Amino acid sequence: MNIRHAKTFFLGALVLCFLVSLFANQINSYWLFISYDIGINIILAVSLNLINGYTGQFSLGHAGFMAVGAYTAAAITNQFGELNPYLSIAVFLGALLAGGLLAAVAGLLVGIPTLRLRGDYLAIVTLGFGEIIRVVFQNMQSVGGARGLSVMHGWTNFFWAFGFAAVTVYVVTALVHSTYGRGFIAVRDDEVAASAMGISTTKYKVTAFVVGAFFAGIAGGLYAHSKQFITPGGFNFMQSIAIVVMVILGGMGNTIGVIIAAILLTLLPEGLRAIADIEHIPGIVTAHPFVWVSDTRMIIYSLLLIILMLTRPQGLFSLRKSLSK
Amino acid sequence: MTEFLQQLINGLALGSILALIALGYTMVYGILRFINFAHGDIFMLGAFAGFYLAPKVAMFLPMPSIGGGLAVMGISMAICAVVGILIEKLAYRPLRRSPKLTVLITAIGVSLLIEYTCQNDHVFGAAPKSFPTIFPEYHITQLSGLSLNSNQIIVFAVTLILLLALRFIVLKTKIGMAMRALSFNPEAAALMGINTDIVISFTFGLGSALAAAAGILLMGVLPGLKAFVAAVLGGIGNLPGAALGGVIIGVTETLVAGYISSTYRDAIAFGILIIILLVKPSGLLGKKEIEKV
Repeated sequence: MNIRHAKTFFLGALVLCFLVSLFANQINSYWLFISYDIGINIILAVSLNLINGYTGQFSLGHAGFMAVGAYTAAAITNQFGELNPYLSIAVFLGALLAGGLLAAVAGLLVGIPTLRLRGDYLAIVTLGFGEIIRVVFQNMQSVGGARGLSVMHGWTNFFWAFGFAAVTVYVVTALVHSTYGRGFIAVRDDEVAASAMGISTTKYKVTAFVVGAFFAGIAGGLYAHSKQFITPGGFNFMQSIAIVVMVILGGMGNTIGVIIAAILLTLLPEGLRAIADIEHIPGIVTAHPFVWVSDTRMIIYSLLLIILMLTRPQGLFSLRKSLSK
Repeated sequence: MTEFLQQLINGLALGSILALIALGYTMVYGILRFINFAHGDIFMLGAFAGFYLAPKVAMFLPMPSIGGGLAVMGISMAICAVVGILIEKLAYRPLRRSPKLTVLITAIGVSLLIEYTCQNDHVFGAAPKSFPTIFPEYHITQLSGLSLNSNQIIVFAVTLILLLALRFIVLKTKIGMAMRALSFNPEAAALMGINTDIVISFTFGLGSALAAAAGILLMGVLPGLKAFVAAVLGGIGNLPGAALGGVIIGVTETLVAGYISSTYRDAIAFGILIIILLVKPSGLLGKKEIEKV
């Protein structure tokens, strides 16, 4: 996707999600909630793709940024949500932005150690940051601690979920394809050569972390106002891995692939659940022939991940051979 | 003071178990340069192997006894060594020439696979199980009020013996020399006639056996992540570093849980790690890697 496509895509996506949101009350609420998840996962995966895919900094702590955004936004709307019904949209947007900004500050804090670390060390430090953020929320009694926090307002809707997804895709694409943004790719391809060419690798790495964390924070806010109940356990290491898997599956540094992967991976558990619920198949005597699928859902998921890595390590939707050597 | 010494003893016991697991991470990293995320799950399999083996062994040997306990430990170590070698053959060997990231993701996949398979109700189930007593239990209370239970003595003794055995294997035997050669320069080692596949299999087997021993000693499941943090802390790829990192994490965690707050203990390990890596990016005893262009 180049910059001109990105603009068309952005406007098209905004119009489309406005139109769909007009008919949102006619959509089955089960699918509507899944569509929120899809929008949120697109934001998470595309923003992580900026850090992992375009800048080549392997981060395993995206769920931590998401947690910062979720808790900040939820605390703000819980506090000020009742103010004035006409102001609710402003409060919601303000809360999301505040969540994004605080997450960006957290991203800055994580970005600073990345100046010195690379590869596996960086992966483990970002993982550590994610876990520390989770433990801090677990001990913060003002937001419910380990019991979790219930969010009073379910303000996330189709328009906001996909509108912010479109903004994320546009910002990341425009950033990477701008003259300035070529630096991200240079840092990924060869850090030593990039710095020899006069690119400030430090600045690019920190920028990637801050921008990525900002959008993860927004996604966290949307998540909080969609589920209306958040616990620190929901933002653990596994959640970070799930986002990383979306990026890997889509192909690192391939925005369209990552979007498709986010959609597919959100639908996969629902699809497996639907298969497990099948009551009867003509020709097979037993009722519920696939009920075992519901127990083995995560086993299937991890097996798929291993098989994917053994057969198509460059991601499902990537045409290029291999990106990170 | 007595309380402090007591916490120190408890911390050292936890730390030596962490050290055993950390050694497996570090050995694999030293040779293949990748983080074997599935290593923490081998540790869990070791504990489960002990859980199911204990009643079987009890038919031949008296159960809460040193001999019986060591037998359970030995068989679990052998089982986990085989599992470790199999994982390497099936999942990691086809990726020997792939980018590091691919192998890392595969390792996470293997870890998830083992975890969820074991959680399945048809395998081990997700409910916690109480581990049978396999070593004799008695308490020794010193005059000063320090208490040292037999379990801790066994943990110290077994860890010490295993560490010395590992040191002997790595420094004095032929296969140990091959391991060191491989971690120094894989291509040159292969040119010198070292069968790299066998050495790598051996390394996985050795690391998995140590993890299984830790699983039996701890008699429970703790996230292997912390042991991994210990390995990175000491400088990943460095054997004494892993042991040192394990002890540091174990002692600090116990002291923090005892004196400050037990809810923050999970964050402490990562906190120490981040601070140390900021000061010394290659870990406490790790060598600085210089990137040549």
